[in-house]
Amino acid sequence: MGSTLTLVAFWILFVLVVASALAVVLLRNIVHSALYLVLSFVGVAGIYILLEAEFLAAVQILVYVGAVSVLLIFGVMLTRRGNIRQSNLFNAFSLAAGVVSLALCVLIILALARTPASLPLGSWPVDTVGALAEAFLGPFVVPFEVAAILLLVGIVGAILIAREVKEDK
Amino acid sequence: MITLNHYLMLGGVLFVIGLFGALAKKNAIAVLMGIELMLNAVNINLAAFNRFLNPDKVVGLVFAIFVIVVAAVEVAVGLAIVINLYRQRLNTSVDEADWLKW
Repeated sequence: MGSTLTLVAFWILFVLVVASALAVVLLRNIVHSALYLVLSFVGVAGIYILLEAEFLAAVQILVYVGAVSVLLIFGVMLTRRGNIRQSNLFNAFSLAAGVVSLALCVLIILALARTPASLPLGSWPVDTVGALAEAFLGPFVVPFEVAAILLLVGIVGAILIAREVKEDK
Repeated sequence: MITLNHYLMLGGVLFVIGLFGALAKKNAIAVLMGIELMLNAVNINLAAFNRFLNPDKVVGLVFAIFVIVVAAVEVAVGLAIVINLYRQRLNTSVDEADWLKW
């Protein structure tokens, strides 16, 4: 891929991700926010493809776009109440939150301006899936199993918390 | 020429937007959405650092996948808590969730 083409693709994805993330935060209808969140996740998957991490992009689509956002939309639909147009308002601390976020943004941009930009692009393994499999079942096998147990415990815990409690006399 | 700083800038901006969403929204589900945006920003940073600084090993991608697993668990448990909150108070506003006193 040519380097200008990569740059153009990056900026298109940048605008897509940032604009849809801003829409998630600023829109007043939470259903619209959830749908823009899906768009933002898809844009991040595009960024992964640009980084030549295709497996991560596939995982992003499967887990975030397929599962997490559907779960969030389920949450919205199960708890919605009152006027849906006013369902995603700001809380009492929005001014302080804006100041903190803006300050952090300025800090990050200042730090990035001091960072040397000309880092060489290293040679990525062509077969990232194979390399990932060797990493997961080699040096990272214990964290891998712990993550599996965490997933199981988390899902069982979520079912326990969300379960309808029967009123017994 | 695309550099590491491009990706770091995207990650930083996305993180700040997610932070603002997580801090400033009233609806608990919107707070969860902000947290998801922040985790996505972290994943972009992990993948970009891996790609540019240490491309021989895929450690950054391994970490990103662990973050995705933890994010999925977090959203499941968080939504369960929100649904339970809604059952008790008929409301998902974080301003109203003031059971803890000091």
